Amino acid sequence: MTALAANDVSLSWYEASARQRIDALVDAGSFAEFIGPEMREISPHLAIFDLPEQFDDGIVIGRGRLDGSPVLVAAQEGRFMGGAFGEVHGAKLTGILRAARALKQDMVILFDTGGVRLQEANAGELAIAEIMRAVVEARRAGVNVVGLIGGRAGCYGGGSLIAGTCSRLIISEQGRLSVSGPEVIETNKGIEEFDSRDRALVWRTMGGKHRYLFGGADIFVDDEVLAFRQAAIDALKVRRRWDPAVLKAEQKRLERRLQRFGEAKDAVEIWQTLGLDAPTEIPALPTDAFLRAAGKRENADDAR
Amino acid sequence: MTRDEILASLFPNSSEIDVTGAMIAGQATLPDGKPIHVLGITQGQNLGVDEAIVLAGHVIEIIKSEDTSPILVLVDSASQRMSRRDELLGLSEYLSHLAKALLLAEAEGHRTVGLLYGGSAAGAFIATALATGTLVALPDAHPAVMDLPSMARVTKLPIEVLKAKAEATPVFAPGLDNMVRTGGIHIVWDETAPLASQLAAVLARPAGQDDRARLGAERGGRLKAAEIADRVVALATASHQGAQHG
Repeated sequence: MTALAANDVSLSWYEASARQRIDALVDAGSFAEFIGPEMREISPHLAIFDLPEQFDDGIVIGRGRLDGSPVLVAAQEGRFMGGAFGEVHGAKLTGILRAARALKQDMVILFDTGGVRLQEANAGELAIAEIMRAVVEARRAGVNVVGLIGGRAGCYGGGSLIAGTCSRLIISEQGRLSVSGPEVIETNKGIEEFDSRDRALVWRTMGGKHRYLFGGADIFVDDEVLAFRQAAIDALKVRRRWDPAVLKAEQKRLERRLQRFGEAKDAVEIWQTLGLDAPTEIPALPTDAFLRAAGKRENADDAR
Repeated sequence: MTRDEILASLFPNSSEIDVTGAMIAGQATLPDGKPIHVLGITQGQNLGVDEAIVLAGHVIEIIKSEDTSPILVLVDSASQRMSRRDELLGLSEYLSHLAKALLLAEAEGHRTVGLLYGGSAAGAFIATALATGTLVALPDAHPAVMDLPSMARVTKLPIEVLKAKAEATPVFAPGLDNMVRTGGIHIVWDETAPLASQLAAVLARPAGQDDRARLGAERGGRLKAAEIADRVVALATASHQGAQHG
């Protein structure tokens, strides 16, 4: 089998496990895991709460090849503790990001997380801070860090802040990117503020289409492992800088967003202001039609 | 200590700090006569898109100015603002942007020191205090990821059970001591002594690597993080060399 062997397995990214996603993402047979489940590096904290551990603590890290080029990979498993960041889980991601910087090798992060794992909240919170610092230090050294968002658990809490440090974000319609989840907003601010059972509201406020339309994500793909693979290959072709000029451009981009859309009450109003035809139809559009309709979207090309 | 008492103890010589609601920004003079930038979110304010963009704007102005003066970030906040509007507008990007600005400032030669003197929680804590190069605290500080009653709701455990478990480990319960033991806070200052000299001592330390996981291991609050991260770097490096020569 060559490093360029075609990956031909068709699979929903949303439905797939972390290991299935990695297998479909990188060149066939190229993945080598670091600290795999055989090492039994489990969370030392879940037993305090009588909760079951998992041998990989819900994250798979390693190296592989993507269209022939070496790449480092981390994939969160949303089915274990909602993909949440605990001490070991977070340290594995911090470590591989530091390796990306040291080896000058590009990195892809497959997000699938509800945020910090509450049973080890302080360790998880600090892990998020350490990971964000490791991402920006890798990017400053010239490494691309690409985030993929389309998993069952979405990309919430601290995970969404890490995503914001990536050089490029690839998202599917099913990918939700948000700090506070719908239930958290409803619990804290009441159902008048956010009705978490209104799924249409959740998707158009936090879902992949909305994030893509105003530059919160860069590439929109079908819920398909091979679509994510191709988008990751494309995203890694362009070397992305990270320096004061990029940060200044992001400041302007985010200021402009508040000026343009700061008074909007709903995503549909934002899509209308963007000048999209038939904004109310956006949630129902299949990918091809959506991408055609999204011509007037805002982008974050040199401002992320 | 109140914000004004803190500023007076830090900068007995002079300071010129604008207060706009809960947000502060300005410059002060250190005892050795050198300038320091001062920013902050105070009064237990929530950090939302509007606050984050203002703070990030100040940091970017400082980076552009091409001096290399240090930046002190005062923090007494609540959590990130939990609202439909903030999430609709992409709050995660705004919080990340603020954190990135602080991290870039440190990388560009400005020492960044966070001073946690009140509350801070969750995404607001990550985007401000935890994005500085060195985080210090005053004894009244009370950082949290989530308060115990909310945690009881989510974990479906009675609060008494959570309190009992919190006695045995610093890893999950809110509070300053736990954040110190897990390595998130470098040092807790003595509020009965002048803060100016304590700040000078922090600024005298050379800027360096992220040492929070190592501190957490030394203090017994986070035993695995540093070792795991180091081991991954070693494995990836060895594997890389193997791939190149194999």
